Amino acid sequence: MKNLLFIALVALITASCSHKHDKLPYLGEKELVENIVDGKTITDTVYQQIPPFQFINQDSLPVSEKNFAGKIYVADFFFTSCNTICPKMHRNMLKVYEKYKGNPQVGILSHTIDIKYDLPYRLKSYATKLGISGNQWQFVHGSKDSIYSFAAKSYLVAAYEDKADPQGLVHQGWFVLIDKQRHIRGAYDGTDATQVEHLLQDMDILLNEDEK
Amino acid sequence: MKNSTFFILILFAFIVGGSSCQSEAELNYIRYYTTGKQLYESNCQNCHGNDGKGLAMLYPPLTDSIYLKKNKNQLACIIKNGLKGRIEINGQVYEGEMPAQAKLSDIEIAKIITYITNSFGNQQGLHDAQAVNQDLKYCK
Repeated sequence: MKNLLFIALVALITASCSHKHDKLPYLGEKELVENIVDGKTITDTVYQQIPPFQFINQDSLPVSEKNFAGKIYVADFFFTSCNTICPKMHRNMLKVYEKYKGNPQVGILSHTIDIKYDLPYRLKSYATKLGISGNQWQFVHGSKDSIYSFAAKSYLVAAYEDKADPQGLVHQGWFVLIDKQRHIRGAYDGTDATQVEHLLQDMDILLNEDEK
Repeated sequence: MKNSTFFILILFAFIVGGSSCQSEAELNYIRYYTTGKQLYESNCQNCHGNDGKGLAMLYPPLTDSIYLKKNKNQLACIIKNGLKGRIEINGQVYEGEMPAQAKLSDIEIAKIITYITNSFGNQQGLHDAQAVNQDLKYCK
Protein backbone atom coordinates (compact mmCIF):
# COMPACT_ATOMS: atom_id res chain seq x y z
CA MET A 1 0.00 0.00 0.00
CA LYS A 2 2.78 2.34 1.02
CA ASN A 3 4.64 1.50 -2.17
CA LEU A 4 1.64 2.21 -4.28
CA LEU A 5 1.16 5.59 -2.65
CA PHE A 6 4.80 6.43 -3.31
CA ILE A 7 4.51 5.50 -6.97
CA ALA A 8 1.37 7.59 -7.31
CA LEU A 9 3.13 10.54 -5.71
CA VAL A 10 6.13 10.23 -8.02
CA ALA A 11 3.85 9.95 -11.03
CA LEU A 12 1.98 13.06 -9.95
CA ILE A 13 5.17 15.08 -9.48
CA THR A 14 6.61 13.94 -12.80
CA ALA A 15 3.38 14.79 -14.56
CA SER A 16 3.28 18.28 -13.11
CA CYS A 17 6.94 18.87 -13.94
CA SER A 18 6.71 17.71 -17.51
CA HIS A 19 3.67 19.87 -18.12
CA LYS A 20 4.56 22.25 -20.92
CA HIS A 21 2.81 25.42 -21.92
CA ASP A 22 1.51 25.03 -25.43
CA LYS A 23 0.58 28.67 -25.77
CA LEU A 24 2.41 31.85 -24.86
CA PRO A 25 0.69 34.79 -23.15
CA TYR A 26 -0.10 38.08 -24.90
CA LEU A 27 1.74 41.10 -23.48
CA GLY A 28 1.11 44.83 -23.64
CA GLU A 29 -2.09 46.84 -23.79
CA LYS A 30 -5.39 45.16 -24.44
CA GLU A 31 -8.75 46.44 -25.43
CA LEU A 32 -12.22 44.96 -25.31
CA VAL A 33 -14.10 45.20 -28.58
CA GLU A 34 -17.72 44.30 -29.08
CA ASN A 35 -18.57 42.59 -32.33
CA ILE A 36 -21.93 41.47 -33.58
CA VAL A 37 -21.78 37.93 -34.92
CA ASP A 38 -25.01 36.25 -36.13
CA GLY A 39 -27.07 38.87 -34.36
CA LYS A 40 -25.34 38.30 -31.00
CA THR A 41 -22.98 40.72 -29.36
CA ILE A 42 -19.62 39.08 -28.67
CA THR A 43 -16.83 40.71 -26.69
CA ASP A 44 -13.36 40.11 -28.06
CA THR A 45 -10.06 41.04 -26.51
CA VAL A 46 -7.80 42.85 -28.95
CA TYR A 47 -4.13 42.86 -28.03
CA GLN A 48 -1.51 45.44 -28.77
CA GLN A 49 0.02 45.08 -32.22
CA ILE A 50 3.32 46.38 -33.61
CA PRO A 51 2.25 49.23 -35.91
CA PRO A 52 3.58 49.43 -39.50
CA PHE A 53 7.14 50.72 -39.71
CA GLN A 54 9.74 51.74 -42.26
CA PHE A 55 13.48 51.64 -41.69
CA ILE A 56 16.67 51.35 -43.73
CA ASN A 57 18.74 48.20 -43.22
CA GLN A 58 22.46 47.36 -43.36
CA ASP A 59 22.26 47.06 -47.15
CA SER A 60 20.60 50.51 -47.39
CA LEU A 61 17.36 48.85 -48.43
CA PRO A 62 13.98 49.75 -46.96
CA VAL A 63 12.60 47.34 -44.38
CA SER A 64 9.01 47.35 -43.20
CA GLU A 65 6.58 45.08 -41.39
CA LYS A 66 6.03 43.43 -44.79
CA ASN A 67 9.51 41.90 -44.59
CA PHE A 68 8.31 40.07 -41.47
CA ALA A 69 4.99 38.84 -42.85
CA GLY A 70 4.51 35.16 -42.04
CA LYS A 71 7.41 35.23 -39.58
CA ILE A 72 7.82 35.31 -35.86
CA TYR A 73 10.68 37.61 -34.93
CA VAL A 74 12.83 38.84 -32.09
CA ALA A 75 13.37 42.60 -31.81
CA ASP A 76 15.96 44.52 -29.81
CA PHE A 77 17.54 47.97 -29.51
CA PHE A 78 21.31 48.53 -29.53
CA PHE A 79 24.10 50.63 -31.05
CA THR A 80 27.35 49.47 -32.61
CA SER A 81 29.77 51.43 -30.42
CA CYS A 82 28.04 50.42 -27.19
CA ASN A 83 30.39 48.56 -24.90
CA THR A 84 28.11 47.92 -21.96
CA ILE A 85 25.16 45.62 -22.51
CA CYS A 86 25.16 45.32 -26.32
CA PRO A 87 28.06 42.87 -26.70
CA LYS A 88 26.35 40.62 -24.16
CA MET A 89 23.02 40.95 -25.96
CA HIS A 90 24.39 40.10 -29.36
CA ARG A 91 26.56 37.28 -28.01
CA ASN A 92 23.21 35.85 -26.87
CA MET A 93 21.30 36.84 -30.03
CA LEU A 94 23.82 34.82 -32.02
CA LYS A 95 22.34 31.74 -30.30
CA VAL A 96 18.94 32.64 -31.75
CA TYR A 97 20.53 33.24 -35.15
CA GLU A 98 22.44 29.96 -35.13
CA LYS A 99 19.43 27.93 -34.01
CA TYR A 100 17.01 29.25 -36.63
CA LYS A 101 19.47 30.03 -39.42
CA GLY A 102 17.72 29.63 -42.76
CA ASN A 103 14.26 29.10 -41.19
CA PRO A 104 11.93 31.26 -43.32
CA GLN A 105 9.50 31.56 -40.40
CA VAL A 106 11.99 33.28 -38.09
CA GLY A 107 13.52 36.75 -38.28
CA ILE A 108 15.62 39.03 -36.08
CA LEU A 109 15.26 42.81 -36.06
CA SER A 110 17.91 44.94 -34.32
CA HIS A 111 17.25 48.68 -34.22
CA THR A 112 20.13 51.07 -33.68
CA ILE A 113 19.39 53.96 -31.35
CA ASP A 114 22.56 55.85 -32.38
CA ILE A 115 21.13 57.57 -35.43
CA LYS A 116 24.08 59.91 -36.00
CA TYR A 117 26.86 57.35 -36.00
CA ASP A 118 25.27 54.04 -37.01
CA LEU A 119 24.69 54.76 -40.68
CA PRO A 120 23.83 51.71 -42.83
CA TYR A 121 27.45 51.12 -43.88
CA ARG A 122 28.48 50.97 -40.22
CA LEU A 123 25.63 48.56 -39.51
CA LYS A 124 26.86 46.47 -42.45
CA SER A 125 30.39 46.39 -41.12
CA TYR A 126 29.07 45.44 -37.66
CA ALA A 127 26.89 42.67 -39.07
CA THR A 128 29.73 41.29 -41.19
CA LYS A 129 32.12 41.25 -38.26
CA LEU A 130 29.48 39.49 -36.19
CA GLY A 131 29.37 36.85 -38.93
CA ILE A 132 25.90 37.68 -40.21
CA SER A 133 25.08 37.42 -43.91
CA GLY A 134 21.79 37.46 -45.81
CA ASN A 135 18.72 39.25 -44.53
CA GLN A 136 17.35 36.99 -41.83
CA TRP A 137 18.87 39.27 -39.20
CA GLN A 138 18.08 42.86 -40.11
CA PHE A 139 20.02 45.75 -38.58
CA VAL A 140 17.96 48.87 -39.08
CA HIS A 141 18.35 52.62 -38.91
CA GLY A 142 15.42 54.98 -38.42
CA SER A 143 15.01 58.64 -37.67
CA LYS A 144 15.87 59.92 -34.23
CA ASP A 145 12.43 61.25 -33.36
CA SER A 146 10.74 58.06 -34.26
CA ILE A 147 13.06 55.44 -32.82
CA TYR A 148 12.79 56.33 -29.11
CA SER A 149 9.02 56.60 -29.07
CA PHE A 150 8.73 53.60 -31.37
CA ALA A 151 10.80 51.55 -28.93
CA ALA A 152 8.70 52.63 -25.97
CA LYS A 153 5.25 52.47 -27.54
CA SER A 154 5.56 49.50 -29.85
CA TYR A 155 7.97 47.21 -28.06
CA LEU A 156 7.73 48.60 -24.49
CA VAL A 157 11.52 49.08 -24.40
CA ALA A 158 13.00 52.24 -22.91
CA ALA A 159 15.69 53.98 -24.97
CA TYR A 160 16.72 57.60 -24.71
CA GLU A 161 19.59 60.09 -24.78
CA ASP A 162 21.19 60.83 -21.44
CA LYS A 163 24.00 63.34 -21.09
CA ALA A 164 24.96 61.84 -17.74
CA ASP A 165 25.75 58.49 -19.33
CA PRO A 166 29.39 58.11 -20.50
CA GLN A 167 28.17 57.02 -23.94
CA GLY A 168 25.25 59.46 -24.02
CA LEU A 169 22.65 56.81 -24.74
CA VAL A 170 20.66 54.63 -22.41
CA HIS A 171 18.57 51.65 -23.37
CA GLN A 172 17.17 48.42 -22.03
CA GLY A 173 18.38 45.03 -23.19
CA TRP A 174 15.07 43.29 -23.78
CA PHE A 175 14.61 40.73 -26.54
CA VAL A 176 10.96 41.08 -27.53
CA LEU A 177 9.27 38.11 -29.17
CA ILE A 178 6.67 38.99 -31.81
CA ASP A 179 4.23 36.54 -33.41
CA LYS A 180 3.05 36.38 -37.02
CA GLN A 181 0.13 38.69 -36.24
CA ARG A 182 2.62 41.22 -34.77
CA HIS A 183 1.53 40.71 -31.16
CA ILE A 184 4.04 40.80 -28.31
CA ARG A 185 4.34 37.29 -26.90
CA GLY A 186 7.39 37.48 -24.69
CA ALA A 187 10.16 39.73 -23.35
CA TYR A 188 13.51 38.37 -22.15
CA ASP A 189 16.60 40.00 -20.68
CA GLY A 190 19.02 39.74 -23.60
CA THR A 191 22.04 40.05 -21.31
CA ASP A 192 21.05 36.96 -19.34
CA ALA A 193 21.96 33.60 -20.91
CA THR A 194 19.31 31.74 -18.86
CA GLN A 195 16.51 34.00 -20.05
CA VAL A 196 17.71 33.62 -23.63
CA GLU A 197 17.48 29.82 -23.23
CA HIS A 198 13.90 30.44 -22.18
CA LEU A 199 13.36 32.56 -25.29
CA LEU A 200 14.61 29.73 -27.50
CA GLN A 201 12.10 27.35 -25.90
CA ASP A 202 9.29 29.88 -26.23
CA MET A 203 10.10 30.41 -29.91
CA ASP A 204 9.57 26.69 -30.50
CA ILE A 205 6.24 26.91 -28.67
CA LEU A 206 5.21 29.90 -30.75
CA LEU A 207 6.16 28.20 -34.02
CA ASN A 208 4.12 25.13 -33.01
CA GLU A 209 1.20 27.26 -31.87
CA ASP A 210 0.87 28.64 -35.39
CA GLU A 211 0.77 25.16 -36.87
CA LYS A 212 -2.20 24.12 -34.75
CA MET B 1 35.36 13.32 23.22
CA LYS B 2 39.07 13.36 23.78
CA ASN B 3 39.54 11.87 20.37
CA SER B 4 37.56 14.57 18.58
CA THR B 5 39.43 17.38 20.37
CA PHE B 6 42.66 15.77 19.26
CA PHE B 7 41.36 15.51 15.70
CA ILE B 8 40.40 19.18 15.61
CA LEU B 9 43.83 20.15 16.92
CA ILE B 10 45.51 18.12 14.20
CA LEU B 11 43.27 19.67 11.55
CA PHE B 12 44.04 23.15 12.84
CA ALA B 13 47.75 22.42 12.72
CA PHE B 14 47.41 21.33 9.12
CA ILE B 15 45.53 24.47 8.12
CA VAL B 16 47.99 26.81 9.83
CA GLY B 17 50.99 24.79 8.67
CA GLY B 18 49.62 24.52 5.13
CA SER B 19 48.99 28.21 4.67
CA SER B 20 52.38 29.22 5.97
CA CYS B 21 53.86 27.10 3.21
CA GLN B 22 52.66 29.67 0.70
CA SER B 23 55.31 32.27 0.17
CA GLU B 24 54.59 35.98 0.30
CA ALA B 25 55.08 36.12 -3.47
CA GLU B 26 52.48 33.42 -4.08
CA LEU B 27 50.02 35.18 -1.79
CA ASN B 28 50.60 38.42 -3.61
CA TYR B 29 49.95 36.70 -6.94
CA ILE B 30 46.69 35.24 -5.59
CA ARG B 31 45.62 38.67 -4.33
CA TYR B 32 46.27 40.23 -7.73
CA TYR B 33 44.59 37.41 -9.63
CA THR B 34 41.44 37.34 -7.47
CA THR B 35 40.78 41.07 -7.58
CA GLY B 36 41.88 41.04 -11.22
CA LYS B 37 39.05 38.65 -12.02
CA GLN B 38 36.50 40.98 -10.44
CA LEU B 39 37.93 43.98 -12.28
CA TYR B 40 37.90 42.01 -15.53
CA GLU B 41 34.24 41.15 -15.01
CA SER B 42 33.23 44.77 -14.54
CA ASN B 43 35.53 46.40 -17.14
CA CYS B 44 36.38 43.91 -19.86
CA GLN B 45 34.02 40.95 -19.86
CA ASN B 46 31.12 42.57 -21.75
CA CYS B 47 33.16 42.56 -24.93
CA HIS B 48 35.86 39.95 -24.36
CA GLY B 49 33.52 37.42 -22.74
CA ASN B 50 33.78 35.34 -19.57
CA ASP B 51 35.86 32.77 -21.45
CA GLY B 52 38.10 35.43 -23.05
CA LYS B 53 36.95 34.39 -26.49
CA GLY B 54 35.80 37.84 -27.56
CA LEU B 55 32.84 38.08 -29.96
CA ALA B 56 33.19 36.90 -33.55
CA MET B 57 35.32 39.40 -35.50
CA LEU B 58 33.98 42.34 -33.48
CA TYR B 59 36.02 41.92 -30.30
CA PRO B 60 39.31 40.00 -30.35
CA PRO B 61 39.95 37.04 -28.05
CA LEU B 62 42.46 37.06 -25.20
CA THR B 63 43.47 33.49 -25.85
CA ASP B 64 46.48 34.18 -28.07
CA SER B 65 49.37 33.69 -25.65
CA ILE B 66 51.93 34.71 -28.28
CA TYR B 67 50.32 38.12 -28.79
CA LEU B 68 49.97 38.65 -25.05
CA LYS B 69 53.60 37.65 -24.44
CA LYS B 70 54.96 39.76 -27.26
CA ASN B 71 52.98 42.80 -26.17
CA LYS B 72 53.15 42.28 -22.42
CA ASN B 73 54.71 45.66 -21.78
CA GLN B 74 52.13 47.39 -23.97
CA LEU B 75 49.09 45.80 -22.30
CA ALA B 76 48.92 48.50 -19.62
CA CYS B 77 48.96 51.21 -22.32
CA ILE B 78 46.25 49.43 -24.32
CA ILE B 79 43.98 49.17 -21.26
CA LYS B 80 44.63 52.73 -20.10
CA ASN B 81 44.55 54.52 -23.47
CA GLY B 82 42.47 52.20 -25.63
CA LEU B 83 43.44 50.79 -29.00
CA LYS B 84 42.52 51.75 -32.53
CA GLY B 85 43.39 50.24 -35.88
CA ARG B 86 44.42 46.85 -37.25
CA ILE B 87 45.76 44.10 -35.05
CA GLU B 88 46.44 40.48 -35.86
CA ILE B 89 45.48 37.79 -33.37
CA ASN B 90 45.57 34.03 -34.01
CA GLY B 91 46.11 34.88 -37.68
CA GLN B 92 42.90 36.94 -37.88
CA VAL B 93 42.85 40.66 -38.56
CA TYR B 94 40.70 42.74 -36.22
CA GLU B 95 39.89 46.32 -36.99
CA GLY B 96 37.97 48.26 -34.42
CA GLU B 97 38.28 50.51 -31.47
CA MET B 98 38.76 49.57 -27.87
CA PRO B 99 37.70 52.36 -25.51
CA ALA B 100 40.25 53.85 -23.09
CA GLN B 101 39.82 52.97 -19.41
CA ALA B 102 41.54 56.08 -18.13
CA LYS B 103 39.82 55.86 -14.76
CA LEU B 104 41.70 52.67 -13.80
CA SER B 105 44.64 53.07 -11.41
CA ASP B 106 48.05 51.42 -11.96
CA ILE B 107 47.32 48.74 -9.42
CA GLU B 108 43.93 47.97 -10.93
CA ILE B 109 45.50 47.66 -14.38
CA ALA B 110 48.20 45.40 -12.91
CA LYS B 111 45.53 43.17 -11.40
CA ILE B 112 43.66 42.94 -14.69
CA ILE B 113 46.87 42.09 -16.58
CA THR B 114 47.75 39.45 -13.99
CA TYR B 115 44.30 37.94 -14.39
CA ILE B 116 44.27 37.98 -18.20
CA THR B 117 47.82 36.73 -18.66
CA ASN B 118 47.12 33.81 -16.34
CA SER B 119 43.70 32.81 -17.69
CA PHE B 120 42.31 31.61 -21.01
CA GLY B 121 45.32 29.34 -21.60
CA ASN B 122 47.92 31.96 -20.65
CA GLN B 123 50.44 31.52 -17.83
CA GLN B 124 52.75 34.44 -17.32
CA GLY B 125 52.76 35.03 -13.57
CA LEU B 126 52.45 38.25 -11.63
CA HIS B 127 52.60 41.68 -13.28
CA ASP B 128 52.60 44.16 -10.42
CA ALA B 129 51.71 47.84 -10.03
CA GLN B 130 55.35 48.90 -10.30
CA ALA B 131 55.70 47.13 -13.64
CA VAL B 132 52.56 48.87 -14.89
CA ASN B 133 53.91 52.20 -13.73
CA GLN B 134 57.04 51.55 -15.83
CA ASP B 135 55.02 50.31 -18.82
CA LEU B 136 52.93 53.46 -18.88
CA LYS B 137 56.05 55.61 -19.33
CA TYR B 138 56.75 53.96 -22.67
CA CYS B 139 53.40 53.85 -24.41
CA LYS B 140 53.63 53.69 -28.19
